[in-house]
Amino acid sequence: MSAYKILLNLFFIIVHCIILWDLETIAMIRMILCFSILLFIGCGIKESKKTKSETSELVKNEFTSPDSLGIPIYNFDELEPLLNKMDDKIHIINFWATWCGPCIKELPYFEKINQEGKANNWEVILVSLDMPSMWKSKLVPFIKAKNLRSEVVVLNDPDQNNWIPKIDKNWSGSIPATLIYNRKERKFYEQPFTYEMLKKEIQEFR
Amino acid sequence: MKYILVNFVFITFFLSYTGYLKEIDKGYGIGDYATDFSLPDINGKKVSLADYKDAKGFLVIFTCNTCPYAIAYEDRIIDLDKKYKTKGVPVIAINPNDPNLQPSDGVEYMKKRAMQKGFTFPYLVDIGQEIFPQYGATKTPHVYLLEKNKLGNVVRYIGTIDDNYSNASAVKTKYVENAVDAMLKGEEISITTTRAIGCSIKSR
Repeated sequence: MSAYKILLNLFFIIVHCIILWDLETIAMIRMILCFSILLFIGCGIKESKKTKSETSELVKNEFTSPDSLGIPIYNFDELEPLLNKMDDKIHIINFWATWCGPCIKELPYFEKINQEGKANNWEVILVSLDMPSMWKSKLVPFIKAKNLRSEVVVLNDPDQNNWIPKIDKNWSGSIPATLIYNRKERKFYEQPFTYEMLKKEIQEFR
Repeated sequence: MKYILVNFVFITFFLSYTGYLKEIDKGYGIGDYATDFSLPDINGKKVSLADYKDAKGFLVIFTCNTCPYAIAYEDRIIDLDKKYKTKGVPVIAINPNDPNLQPSDGVEYMKKRAMQKGFTFPYLVDIGQEIFPQYGATKTPHVYLLEKNKLGNVVRYIGTIDDNYSNASAVKTKYVENAVDAMLKGEEISITTTRAIGCSIKSR
């Protein structure tokens, strides 16, 4: 069932409720509403899984194409779905760049956390803010040299004043910065992490 | 219907509440009085805002030698100084990084960079790293527009220079220029704070 159909159903139920207007109907409607919401969430998860497999296919294709970088390049609108997945996982999104010393220092901790992710149902995405001139010369060689296993994407959107507050309204824009979220809550950290600090924060999301 | 309404109100309240849990308050906001300082330039000469008797205001810019964003904006900072110094709003650049953590931000390297680029403004060392935390600067480059009045220097704008770091010719909105122009005309500044990616200030 598509999300559109569910919404349409909901609309009819509400109209029905307004016309009939008695308590028993309302009780029934509440039940149907809850059920629909559950269904809706179910569909959402399926859809997000689908997009994920599509992205990994895309990555694969880019790797095989010799001209491209092998990393997805996103503007903010394209990145946003990765910051709002509605699955059961904990998502750790780290904003970094090869020119940022403290970012490089904390990367191994994120890599280690990512390796533990399968067993713990969490995943790491490394969002690089390297500038276009650095993609080929710095970023790609860096990923290869450090053998990064986490998913790396590039965010290339110069209108930063527009998207920075959308990621967190208190973010001044300095990196390293990290977003941790699951379906229920999200927290943003404009700071570097040690492995222990990071692990502790992630475990508080359980 | 009432139940549904109550539910909606509850959900809306819950959502809005979780979004506004933490409100960080660090450094200056718009309208605050900014501190003056006495910091050495690349030749060791102390510079203060009070030295500029005829200034109408200042562009205090926290910047450095090493950050690619700072480097991307160097020419535009020089242009700002050239354009507004004559109108009474000079650029004062301050390097807030601890050279022990970022050796290429040491004063010798600052001197070199200023010579290479032909800086037309003072490039100061935040000795002891006491000034940038008071301003609330977190990264380079980070611009503070101050307006001088009888009591001191009021913060009028905080943020980035424009809306495109990577390509000066693709800029659509020049935040700093718009702010200075409005300030000099005595008009209200339409955008008073902006955010941009920058390199975190290296401090202990």
